[in-house]
Amino acid sequence: MTLHELVNKLHAILPHEAVLYETEDLRPYECDGLSAYRQLPLVVVLPHTEEQIVKILQLCHATSIPVVARGAGTGLSGGALPHVQGVLLSLAKLNQIIAIDSLARMARVQPGVRNLAISEAVAMYGLYYAPDPSSQIACSIGGNVAENSGGVHCLKYGLTVHNIVKLRVLTIDGECLEIGGESLDSAGYDLLALMTGSEGMLGIITEITVKLIPMPEKAQLVMAAFDDVLKAGNAVANVIAAGIIPAGMEMMDKITIHAVEEFLQAGYDLDAAAILLCESDGSDEEVADEIKQIYSIMQQSGATKISTSRNEAERLRFWAGRKAAFPAAGRVSPDYYCMDGTIPRKRLADVLRGIEKLSLEYGLRCMNVFHAGDGNLHPLILYDANQPGELERTEEFGGKILEMCIRAGGTITGEHGVGMEKINQMCIQFGTGELAMFHAVKAAFDPTGLLNPGKAVPTLHRCAELGAMHVHRGEEKFAELPRF
Amino acid sequence: MQQVIIDQYSAVICAAAENKSPLQIRGGGTKHFYGNSSFGQKDILLDTTAYHGIIDYEPTELVITACAGTRLADLEALLAQHGQMLPFEPPHFGADATLGGCIATGLSGPRRVAAGAARDFVLGTRLLDGKGRDLRFGGQVMKNVAGYDVSRLMVGAMGTLGVLLEVSLKVLPKPPFEITIQMPMDEAAAIEKMNQWASKPLPISATCYVEGVLFLRLSGAESAVRAAQIKLGGEELAGGKDFWQSVREQSHDFFQSDKLLWRLSIKSTTAPILLPGKQLLEWCGGLRWLLCDASVGQEIIRKTAKNASGHVTLFRSNALRNAVFHPLDPAMLEIHRLLKEKFDPSGIFNPGRFYSEF
Repeated sequence: MTLHELVNKLHAILPHEAVLYETEDLRPYECDGLSAYRQLPLVVVLPHTEEQIVKILQLCHATSIPVVARGAGTGLSGGALPHVQGVLLSLAKLNQIIAIDSLARMARVQPGVRNLAISEAVAMYGLYYAPDPSSQIACSIGGNVAENSGGVHCLKYGLTVHNIVKLRVLTIDGECLEIGGESLDSAGYDLLALMTGSEGMLGIITEITVKLIPMPEKAQLVMAAFDDVLKAGNAVANVIAAGIIPAGMEMMDKITIHAVEEFLQAGYDLDAAAILLCESDGSDEEVADEIKQIYSIMQQSGATKISTSRNEAERLRFWAGRKAAFPAAGRVSPDYYCMDGTIPRKRLADVLRGIEKLSLEYGLRCMNVFHAGDGNLHPLILYDANQPGELERTEEFGGKILEMCIRAGGTITGEHGVGMEKINQMCIQFGTGELAMFHAVKAAFDPTGLLNPGKAVPTLHRCAELGAMHVHRGEEKFAELPRF
Repeated sequence: MQQVIIDQYSAVICAAAENKSPLQIRGGGTKHFYGNSSFGQKDILLDTTAYHGIIDYEPTELVITACAGTRLADLEALLAQHGQMLPFEPPHFGADATLGGCIATGLSGPRRVAAGAARDFVLGTRLLDGKGRDLRFGGQVMKNVAGYDVSRLMVGAMGTLGVLLEVSLKVLPKPPFEITIQMPMDEAAAIEKMNQWASKPLPISATCYVEGVLFLRLSGAESAVRAAQIKLGGEELAGGKDFWQSVREQSHDFFQSDKLLWRLSIKSTTAPILLPGKQLLEWCGGLRWLLCDASVGQEIIRKTAKNASGHVTLFRSNALRNAVFHPLDPAMLEIHRLLKEKFDPSGIFNPGRFYSEF
């Protein structure tokens, strides 16, 4: 089928302005939040009803045209990178909050609704939607489900998978599946979990019912500075050992502290090797008790400076620095590349040392922000795309960090997804048996492989060509020897 | 030593696959009553209790990894030594309950309403598929989106997709203080109150309504629990711990009956369900246990659950059990069949125990 024929067929389904095929119209869709990967699609479609999506999928299925779904395009792993021969299916126009049930504490929304818009819409009932990825002002809930997004509060409140109850999903042939329900569990296999984080590979999500939770009465923050990263890491473990699950626990290293303090004056201690932000939320009594405990744990753990937020403005100011880590990276360097490994917390010091060593080896600076509560590390590699070879060096450096995370007993992606970016590292994290099973799961939903082809799960052939060695936790030789 | 056991299991699976002879996967046998009675004369028993023990537990990481054959009681005792717990309060239904059976049935207890279900705490699994292949999914960290979430797919799959070898779970600290309060009220009011309170930042960790009395468990810092108690009112129940244990393990008087026990998992705000028999409510009204005579038709019970945006399971019955779980619509059934075929191409794992179609 020629492009002309395809466009004609799409025009029979959609209004003319909802089908884009001129290069200048396609340009805004050539990449997602990971701009190092770019590709123009054949066509972009912007449906605004589920019925239109059904017809688009039936057309693509009948004519074997790949389909790549896209929400707000804020993803950081190239998951929404277009396919050169494919249709880019934007879900941005499905942006309605369909129903809010405040007593049952759930909201039914379309996939293009922004994450933060849900919490804003239900705030009048004293409720909110808990997962809060940094991009929550822009990212769509459909994209959050596709990536199983987290945020800074997931140790206590969970990831997307813990906060949704039901999905409407279209398979590639346009069949509608109702997955999950308004009850706390459902009959059959847990397809809700399988769909969450499946990166647009199994189906197109057209409706999401999210769980809402009561807003805590109060939140307060302890900020502690340490002269040694190891001490900060121990402080995190000490908080957990005391039986406290903080609402948020974030760590920043020295280079990050300096970058953000220069960017906006959050009041961070510039002499610190690491700063910990530890938040407590709940009822007034609970927070008062917990903050007292956290304060004394920080003292005992050797903090050099501790401050407690005295009011909401101060709490937000302490947070502002952490939340500005990415833009601050953008200020100190023309480009930055954000990694997303997760490690067991006890390996933090080792991994940070390893990153420091790699940083010297590659001649590239690296800032580290860390969701310390759940072990999710975001190294930001600073580079300049205009310097020949620097992007390639950056990607290699990033790949090495991910391999180190696997060796430490962790994973290559905590919340950003595999997408296009980490496809090679999947060959290291998983063996051929697991990868074959992933392909089989994909085939159960999408036997002809038209949904988001080439992402998330590498072909076995690709892994073989790469020659990458699969590392099973603790099963490599001399696993106890440090390798960084 | 441990690898020898896995190799044995794998050999049993390969032989069964070759002969197409069904395997009945069994841990402690405490949940034998649950699911369809699908046990054939020629079935081979695969006893999973040989592969037991704790593989890794670091309290400050909030993660435990154990073999599927580990006794749930042993695992929980170890966690308790470190002031931690399985937050979903799984029912044991017997001293020999294993971790594998707990995950395969995916059942959660009273704290589910506040803390989350079994599936919410599973971080990773190691399993043998229908070809006897040793596979690992997920991991031992809390945030992990590499690959499809096959680990959670195993929860509640009734052993039909694989033989669980190891499971990694997120654990949480035990609340430092707990009390139970009770207040008499009618069912409609109880349902409304439970849901209203759940919309407020109150430390309610379990709810139960039975025989005209609403029971609430409050958990957390003592100051917070006492403050909530003043807001909520009611009378403090001595022996609250035993009460919740009896709800969790179904040793409460309500459950002592030869009648059919139905489990209706529905939208929590559903008004009182008018069906013959007696009921016990949990999970803010989201879980309704119905004890009734066999003469009450299953069609009417299923329709009631479906109309309440949920599903129903015939949880206990002394008769031969078939179609225990809520029927799947054709599109969902087809996906289930296909997934089953991928994990277990010879159809040897617990065939029929979940759904008669696979």
